[in-house]
Amino acid sequence: MKKTIIGVVIVAIVCWLGGSWVLAKQQPSQEKITIVGSTALQPLAEAVANDYRTKHPQTSIIVQGGGSGTGLSQVQAGAVNIGSADIFADQQDGINANKLDDNIVAVSGIVPIVNEELGIKNLTMKQLQQIFIGQITNWQEVGGPDLPITVINRAHGSGTRVAFEQTVLKPGMQAVNAQEQDSNGTVKEIIRNTPGAISYIAFAYLNDQVQSVNLDGVAPTADNVTTNKWPLWSYEHMYTQKQPSQSTASFIKYMQSEKVQKTLVTEAHYISIHDMKVEKTPTGKVTERK
Amino acid sequence: MEDLRQRLTQPSVESKQETSGKVISYLAITLIGGLVTTILIFLTWKGIALFTGNHYSLWEFLSGIKWQPSDHVFGALPMIATSFSVTLLSGIIALPLALIVAIAITEILPSTAYKFLQPTIELLVGIPSVVYGYVGLTVIVPFLRRFFGGTGFGILAATCVLFLMILPTMTSMTIDSFRAVPKQYRNASAGLGATRWQTISRVIIPSAKSGILTAMVFGMARAFGEALAVQMVIGNTTVMPTGLMHSAATLTSVLTTGIGNTVMGTISNNALWSLALILLVMSLAFNLLMRLVSRKGVK
Repeated sequence: MKKTIIGVVIVAIVCWLGGSWVLAKQQPSQEKITIVGSTALQPLAEAVANDYRTKHPQTSIIVQGGGSGTGLSQVQAGAVNIGSADIFADQQDGINANKLDDNIVAVSGIVPIVNEELGIKNLTMKQLQQIFIGQITNWQEVGGPDLPITVINRAHGSGTRVAFEQTVLKPGMQAVNAQEQDSNGTVKEIIRNTPGAISYIAFAYLNDQVQSVNLDGVAPTADNVTTNKWPLWSYEHMYTQKQPSQSTASFIKYMQSEKVQKTLVTEAHYISIHDMKVEKTPTGKVTERK
Repeated sequence: MEDLRQRLTQPSVESKQETSGKVISYLAITLIGGLVTTILIFLTWKGIALFTGNHYSLWEFLSGIKWQPSDHVFGALPMIATSFSVTLLSGIIALPLALIVAIAITEILPSTAYKFLQPTIELLVGIPSVVYGYVGLTVIVPFLRRFFGGTGFGILAATCVLFLMILPTMTSMTIDSFRAVPKQYRNASAGLGATRWQTISRVIIPSAKSGILTAMVFGMARAFGEALAVQMVIGNTTVMPTGLMHSAATLTSVLTTGIGNTVMGTISNNALWSLALILLVMSLAFNLLMRLVSRKGVK
């Protein structure tokens, strides 16, 4: 009796596997795109992927996080089609940027934030720099209340931190040894609840629970980013290997298209690549865009 | 006659069962043994790459107090110190509580309490660590912030979360070791006119000593290796731990925050693997300690 049951089960499994194999063969071949990397870009990539899927049902797109470093190393190894990163491949140790194709798909602004009760609404670039290297340690020194400054930094190697330090710190400067958090959400939560805390987040995560800080009197708006009047911003990249597959190239083209940039990208509080009037090199040099 | 001879000389169905059973168990053992050795070899190989491949000095790694991956300075001492502090602190706080609860359940409360509480405690053991981390982030950290000021993140918050996490494990193991004390011991003690407290303190705890110590080491081993929950509440500052309310970073928290931002084969990545190797060595040490403790107890 037992043996018959086992036999029936085995036959059923074999039939099911065989049947689904035949069925799978009959269907038009699915094209797969795997996107791995930056967690900051993940929500946007997922939204665009969903949108793309409705128009190209044969393409299945998998979006995963893992961090910029993972994305770059995976795409370099050829394990995934697209490695997303908020830093240039040149800025990452162990990546040969010449072997990869850089596709800029969005621009992300970064804004310093402080606790609302602090009453600080403006800082100079110099003050921001001195706060983050630990030379200014009390808010009194920048016109605030007598309260020690609690710096909240992002994890070493995080894309937002790389971009922030590239603009704010001078070469050779070392950020003060401070708390490190690895997500925009946690950073915001800490700033909201801790008097005297300062950090920085991407525009996409900014809301009215925390106080954004103007720099040298310039407000953190998308318009100011496009002209580099607001200097804290970085590109969101989607790296592929040289000669990507056709479906991969078509997805990236879709992501860069005027339509997606105007709707999904700006809705997610990123800045459209077509609006940019300046461009930035991997070393941080900003030039007029031709 | 011929038939009988064949039956006696040929292997029977039962003996064939023996052989096939043996083969299956040997295969399973080889598989597990193989997996363990592969992991050990892999981790060791990756872990020493920092010293053999990148020629970073082992002494500087173990005794350096600066961890700056961007400048290729890797001092792991702050993380090692913090890992040990939070582990020891949570173990020390959890042990008396686990003891008291276990004594109450096995010796004082009626047996219905045991029937009800044992499954409850075991349920707590099974709660995933991220849930404890979340509780820490939303309840413990804000509470500490209101009470002591600062950000609330830090060693004390991590200790609280770890304490919550290992208490059920330690309690459940302590209960088991108390229940393993033979009933005759209790009866003999009562027969000699001992009070309940005298029985507990002079008979039951001493005879369950090894079990209690095993529970403590087991709980601390779990605390030492815990990554996610700690990383969520400790604040991740790679400095030497100086105070309970100061944020710090453990071996595991540095690993979880850093691994996604480095590329395989680079020096920063190798340094993280070396941290992982330290973790492995430490958990092996905990295991050895556990064996030592439980062997000593058998008298």
